[in-house]
Amino acid sequence: VTDIDLANDYVEVELGTLPLDAWHRAKGGRMVPFAGYHMPVQYEGIMAEHLWTRESAGLFDVSHMGQLTLSGDGLDDALEKLIPADVKGLKPNAQKYSLLLADNGGILDDLMFTRLPNGDLYMVVNGAVKYDDIGHLRDELPDEITLNHMDEQALFALQGPKAVDALSRLVRGVENLVFMIGDAFEWNGVPLRISRTGYTGEDGFEISVPGEHAEALADALCAQPEVKPIGLGARDSLRLEADLPLYGHDLDPETTPIMAALNFAVASKRRREEANFPGAERILMEREQGPVARRVGLLIEGRQPVREGAAVLDADGSEVGKVTSGGFAPTIGAPIAMAYVPATMAEIGTKVQLNQRGKVHEATVAAMPFVPHRYVRGAK
Amino acid sequence: MRYFTEDREWVDVDGDVGTVGITDYAQGQLGDIVFVEVPEEGKEVAKGDEAAVVESVKAASDVYSPVSGTVIEGNAELADNPALVNEDADGEGWFFKLTLSDPDELKDLMDEAKYEAFVAKL
Repeated sequence: VTDIDLANDYVEVELGTLPLDAWHRAKGGRMVPFAGYHMPVQYEGIMAEHLWTRESAGLFDVSHMGQLTLSGDGLDDALEKLIPADVKGLKPNAQKYSLLLADNGGILDDLMFTRLPNGDLYMVVNGAVKYDDIGHLRDELPDEITLNHMDEQALFALQGPKAVDALSRLVRGVENLVFMIGDAFEWNGVPLRISRTGYTGEDGFEISVPGEHAEALADALCAQPEVKPIGLGARDSLRLEADLPLYGHDLDPETTPIMAALNFAVASKRRREEANFPGAERILMEREQGPVARRVGLLIEGRQPVREGAAVLDADGSEVGKVTSGGFAPTIGAPIAMAYVPATMAEIGTKVQLNQRGKVHEATVAAMPFVPHRYVRGAK
Repeated sequence: MRYFTEDREWVDVDGDVGTVGITDYAQGQLGDIVFVEVPEEGKEVAKGDEAAVVESVKAASDVYSPVSGTVIEGNAELADNPALVNEDADGEGWFFKLTLSDPDELKDLMDEAKYEAFVAKL
């Protein structure tokens, strides 16, 4: 028995260790190379971990991600030159999703950023490209802007309908946060930055904790009856069900926000009118006229997963698109995928054929998310 | 008599008929199995050929035939219940049966004691 795609993400590099490395191993985590680090892909099993997160609460170590702070005069104007979001309108403790864009409108990374009470910004970027992002930001932002990489900080995500029960027992007040709002908290004298966010489609929190306190906090969280540690495998299947694209797979420099069906990333009317973010001309044209290709969800017939790299075929059997993520969806009990298809094939209900290792699979373009989001939103 | 490969398959031989499966160690490494494709009756397989596909939540894997021969039956149970491989890899979760065309090939495979020692080092 041999993995067909074993070499897919494998690169011969010295792997780093994260603050929870020994903790994962002690918990029975199966460690794999990911984003330059040893990371746990699973503990008891991806299926059980996935379903546990949807029913209760899962603790994910996402310390590989880049945590940055940005400060300095003219910060908002400077950052708006690199991302399409409304930075100036971001209120203290509010968080936004945005995209780091290349000059042609291609996506360099997707990210979250938060306004700190002192006016600075806290930003979280993907682990696999964090050093590229830091280089890009340092090159493109003026000298007055200070970028600090908080590489001593660990980052957890506590996700699931019971995450609020578990975390509020340890850190009072987190229950008052709503989706996309964060604040500073304290646990046993340890300063924490907690936001009500995540990447599973469930309610939950992301917790930034100093690396030297990461193990103690992970232990305290997993001592709560609702909480189990969850690996990268379930993180991937959870985010796939929730229509949350993964950078380097569903998003890359060849895709634009509109192609990626992330139109909400250019939701600010002011930003569209100013049209001064990278690739604005192309992105705004695609927004008006539609992109040539678009990211869609696919329900696959049968039981066999169709994974990243499979070809999307047109009626003549020619390759016209690619599957960018795919796998078995534990909540649904069937295989699902994300793919880029021509605009003419992007309508929900369209039948498409996929070619994986010479075998043709039938699929249907489906509404996303596959599993409804259960965010706890504030009053508008 | 049961024989094992370094690819963590087993073949249980009774006369000239072999039953092929993956080992309990292999199913544990794969994790939750969500799909199995077994070869059809009549298919000729050579030793080392990709004879079946097994997919976990995370990845697709090939299952190689430990010996050469002609497939006489695929385990039809696995189409509807692929998790049977997780539950009973050494028994009910078998993949296919074949008539051996060259029983001498068995000499190159490991017996259970050798296999246990091999897996212990992985």
